[in-house]
Amino acid sequence: MTNKEKYDKAFIETFSLKASDLNDTLAYNENPAWDSIGHMSMVAALEDAFGIALETDDIINFSSYKKGFELLAKYGVAL
Amino acid sequence: MNLFHELETHASHTALITERSERIGYGDLLGAADELGRKIAPRRLVFVLGRNNFESIAGYLGFARADAAQTLINYTIHDALLAKLLERYRPEFIYLPKARAASVKGAQIGALGDYVLLKTRHDREDALPKGLALLLTTSGSTGSPKLVRLSHENIASNAVAIGQSLGITGASRPMTTMPMSYSYGLSIINSHLAVGAAIVLSEATLMEKRFWDTMRTHGVTTLGGVPFIYEMLKKLRFERMELPHLEYITQAGGKLNPVLTAEFAAICARKGLRFYVMYGQTEATARISCLPWEHVQTKAGSIGVAIPGGELWLEDESGSRIDAPGTSGELIYKGRNVSLGYAESRRDLNAGDENKGLLRTGDLATRDAEGFFHIVGRKKRFLKVYGNRISLDEMEQLLRGAGFDCACAGDDDHLKIYTAGTADAARIRAYVCEHTGVSSSGLAIVSVDAIPRNESGKVLYAELDAGKA
Repeated sequence: MTNKEKYDKAFIETFSLKASDLNDTLAYNENPAWDSIGHMSMVAALEDAFGIALETDDIINFSSYKKGFELLAKYGVAL
Repeated sequence: MNLFHELETHASHTALITERSERIGYGDLLGAADELGRKIAPRRLVFVLGRNNFESIAGYLGFARADAAQTLINYTIHDALLAKLLERYRPEFIYLPKARAASVKGAQIGALGDYVLLKTRHDREDALPKGLALLLTTSGSTGSPKLVRLSHENIASNAVAIGQSLGITGASRPMTTMPMSYSYGLSIINSHLAVGAAIVLSEATLMEKRFWDTMRTHGVTTLGGVPFIYEMLKKLRFERMELPHLEYITQAGGKLNPVLTAEFAAICARKGLRFYVMYGQTEATARISCLPWEHVQTKAGSIGVAIPGGELWLEDESGSRIDAPGTSGELIYKGRNVSLGYAESRRDLNAGDENKGLLRTGDLATRDAEGFFHIVGRKKRFLKVYGNRISLDEMEQLLRGAGFDCACAGDDDHLKIYTAGTADAARIRAYVCEHTGVSSSGLAIVSVDAIPRNESGKVLYAELDAGKA
């Protein structure tokens, strides 16, 4: 699986989404499943998928599907 | 005894700090509150769709000071559930965000900020009993219209006892982390208003940057949270955060797993923070017991001892008191914060004090040799999902009523809905989220070949996991 596929899988499984829901408008609190609890599960899924541990600031700045691309790059995960 | 009539003594203090960093003094807050209060009549019912903002707190105080009774509900309540409650309780007034006013029937008689006060067509109801102050939802969110009836005495005595347990003073400064319509969230507000402290109002969650920015900017000294808030704090590496003003944190609203309790006890000891584990129920206004922070490391997993003025003991199945340490029994509480009873309709609001200060909690506990209580189980089938109590039987009835063949089980924060046959998991998920307010993240839909039942049709819960499709 590519990094992009792993990234998408974490979103699809955590928030019960379809592949077509993954786009630039997908953001924290914009989708009913992406609340604070969903956020925590999503972060955990990404950490498991890539074997990384996100810093506090990156967790609270992870405000959208798109934003995650730049945040994960800091951990050497190219998407 | 009405706590809210005594707030004038704090007139010169700051009461609220809003999301926009406005500081509102007790004098101005009470002025706005009483202006709303003057528009309604005493011993009438007001529905308040509250959120953690100035308008909601002002309404809440104004209606309480006007001696009306109020039902506090989260402003996000689904239209269908709100309609059901309105039909059952026929409130004379509704106070809600202007944006939602079109969804209910009523004529506007007042406004504050982006909130409006409506008068409904219900004007022929009997006056409510004196002292009835507040109605809160209980089994959370199962969509049940059942409310807990609370008196002014309940609210005042619990606010004072909580203040004594935690050493709350006028210099304490909490920040909101839970809805004001949730008994634990409301008890934080009440116990700080009682001593003239300033409350930082925030609607951000812990997962947002602005939550932490607000906390640092306004020198927040205390936070409260249900177990999932502690899971978040752990994920956010609370142990590494610099929060120079923070003095103590409280945990209630469900049992925190013992490993996490011990972990937070150690972190707080290192950081010089006091960590209080508490236990409570809406049926006792909010809080019942407290584990003094000095004991949190040696007694991790305990709910502590009764709050000041209250009494806790255990009873066996025949109703006899258990005095031997280590023997489990039902946890019984006696205190002035025990609610008057339940209501399921407007007529029930006129019932008097049915509990007489005594609450059978439904939780099974033991007491150790030093007198500390430990919850070990539950008498009935319910669990807590993110702080809200969910009756598994009520959830099953709701789903069966909607045509889904389901059985419900699981653990705290992990509700499992087992479904047989071809029922669409996504439809069940959507139905539950829409009608009960249970968060999708706390929910798993498990497909099984058939719901296992015994000869008399009772669900065999122990066998559910064996039949996974």
